[in-house]
Amino acid sequence: MEAREEIMDRIRTALADAPAVPDVPRNYRRTADLGPEQVLEMLVDRLEDYKAKVSQVEAADLPRTIAGLLAEATSYVVPHGLPAEWLDNDTLRADDRRLTDAPGHRLTVEDLDGIAVVTSSAVSIAESGTIILDGSPTQGRRAISLVPDHHVCVVPASTVVQLLPEALPRVDPTHPLTWISGPSATSDIELERVEGVHGPRDLDVVIVTDL
Amino acid sequence: MSQVFVGMPSLPAYGRGNLFATESFPEAAHHELRNDQLRTNLRHATTTIREKRAHVVGELPDWEELRSAGSAIKEAVMADLPAMLEQFEANFTARGGTIHWARDAEEANRIVEGLIREQDTDEVVKVKSMATQEIGLNEYLDERGIKAFETDLAELIVQLGHDKPSHILVPAIHKNRSQIRDIFLKEMKDVDPNLSNDPRELAMAARAHLRRKFLSAKVAISGANFALADTGTLGVVESEGNGRMCLTLPETLITVMGIEKLLPHAEDLEVFMQLLPRSSTGERMNPYTSFWTGESHDDGPQNVHLVMLDNGRTAALADTYGRSALHCIRCSACMNVCPVYERTGGHAYGSTYPGPIGAILSPLMTGIQAEENNSLPYASSLCGACYDACPVKINIPEILVHLRGEDVDSRRGQRRIPSEMDLMMKGVQWAFSSGQHLGLLEKALPLGRLAAGRDKKIKRLPGHLAGGWTSSRDIPAPPSQSFRDWWVKEHQTPDPGTPGPSTTTGQEK
Ligand code: SF4
Repeated sequence: MEAREEIMDRIRTALADAPAVPDVPRNYRRTADLGPEQVLEMLVDRLEDYKAKVSQVEAADLPRTIAGLLAEATSYVVPHGLPAEWLDNDTLRADDRRLTDAPGHRLTVEDLDGIAVVTSSAVSIAESGTIILDGSPTQGRRAISLVPDHHVCVVPASTVVQLLPEALPRVDPTHPLTWISGPSATSDIELERVEGVHGPRDLDVVIVTDL
Repeated sequence: MSQVFVGMPSLPAYGRGNLFATESFPEAAHHELRNDQLRTNLRHATTTIREKRAHVVGELPDWEELRSAGSAIKEAVMADLPAMLEQFEANFTARGGTIHWARDAEEANRIVEGLIREQDTDEVVKVKSMATQEIGLNEYLDERGIKAFETDLAELIVQLGHDKPSHILVPAIHKNRSQIRDIFLKEMKDVDPNLSNDPRELAMAARAHLRRKFLSAKVAISGANFALADTGTLGVVESEGNGRMCLTLPETLITVMGIEKLLPHAEDLEVFMQLLPRSSTGERMNPYTSFWTGESHDDGPQNVHLVMLDNGRTAALADTYGRSALHCIRCSACMNVCPVYERTGGHAYGSTYPGPIGAILSPLMTGIQAEENNSLPYASSLCGACYDACPVKINIPEILVHLRGEDVDSRRGQRRIPSEMDLMMKGVQWAFSSGQHLGLLEKALPLGRLAAGRDKKIKRLPGHLAGGWTSSRDIPAPPSQSFRDWWVKEHQTPDPGTPGPSTTTGQEK
């Protein structure tokens, strides 16, 4: 017998007592009980607890903020769908440090190694301090937010929710998803926390209050 | 609805691989207890993680509701497993993934080896996975000339130190920073000889060591924390980013996963992604989680495989009392609250799965008849802390008691002559069956005092069972008279004014 059929037979035999399928009680919290301002405050608190650097700006100030955060980068990558106006100011216009990752024009891991990256994000959960990237054109494919050393991640305030159950309907689970809760970390040596192991060692989160 | 299977019920097919203790729990525990560093580090780790967990669990007003939902979701998966596996398979395959089925450890290893050979490489990067540890994949590949590089920092320390993990969450907790530096200096060819023992420097040395591997590896091997039946999605929960590296950069990704890891709906993540990180590392959320569904055009591995592993899981499923052990999401909370685990460490359990969950899961998967594992259900004081901590409410103490019963029954079946335990139990039955019998026995109590020395302790009882029990503890000598004797004496001339015995007399003289 093929392995698949044999395993299926074993399972059916094991379940010969036909156990009932229980109803799932979903009486945990599924809707927010905080107002939008408190939710933002909570997100900032959680992200800072993870040692991410957080700034809150209005859309008009976004280009200047991003330019400031990239001041030290030797070069940086953006996904092809990143809104042009986010970069469109005197400092970053025609910036020759900028690389664009686009379909048909993919950067190699060597190109990405050690540089900075700017992406947007799909949805963020305040209660756990989690930012979800879903690979859409404003965020790009997974490698561009992984191999660089510094991630500048833009979070439009309208994409922030309080609870995880509110966030999941906003993303398509069949897209490649990356959930980010602070920079990478390890506590494997005597439980002492070290931030920035693999993946970007620095995470800057820019919350845009009126986007 | 689960289908009704009408074929011949076959015997349970037990698991193989790293599920067995190499010696009995009491023997292993005996020498592990002498390892002072392990005990100190472990106590520090379990205490710290326990406190963090309590803090973040206490933050959620609906923790108990989440646990109940998690438990019901897993129960629903097990009850409907064939349909759920078929649904997952259809969705995963539709998105370009390939599924392979493995009856046992050997078959899984063979499949993985074949897939690696197709890519013409003899090096793979690996992200921490208990399933591949269970089947002994690294050793299997090593014997056949394929090098598997562990990329999780702790697993890397364990691998470079030619060692075994002692805790599923912090596998290298038994090594201190200086020992880790020494391992790196000896085993990493490219490391700075002036490396200090500062954890940050050590972590950065590991980053540098692994980075070239990540950027050049053709094949990665992973486990999976969750598989979503309604979308065909797989997920890996991690901290360091080595998981993202493995899941994103190589062309070929091979995932090895037990058949019990399914969740019915993508929506169920809203329960499990709250339960798992808080129970495991005591964080509100772990730094990185990745989900992928087959292959995604232009993003990540284009050659995506999944090995679905039985290896004794169906045997565990066949045990109606024990099957809920398969609900386990490997968070390690039960270990961190276990007084036995805190003292002996993970090595004493032998199997890949240590602690309270290991004490039930390993014998369920190998069969309690497996001599190496039949002492595991006794590695517990049944205090119940594991049940309270378990995010999916597995009633570990109840299953332990059930397995102890199975063990006694299976031994009885193997013997013609009654065992010591049987004789003792028969004796107890006789003694308690009548007051006269008990009275006769009690007359022998003063004899027990002779067996004890001057310190009024009995150091060694005869026989295997009683002798075994006294090999690690002394028992106090019995009193010179029984409670029943004492009661009778006290009540011979009762003072009509004071009902009941006085509280100041009747002390042992
Ligand atoms: S049995 Fe429960 S507490 Fe223990 S590792 Fe599994 S899920 Fe966690």
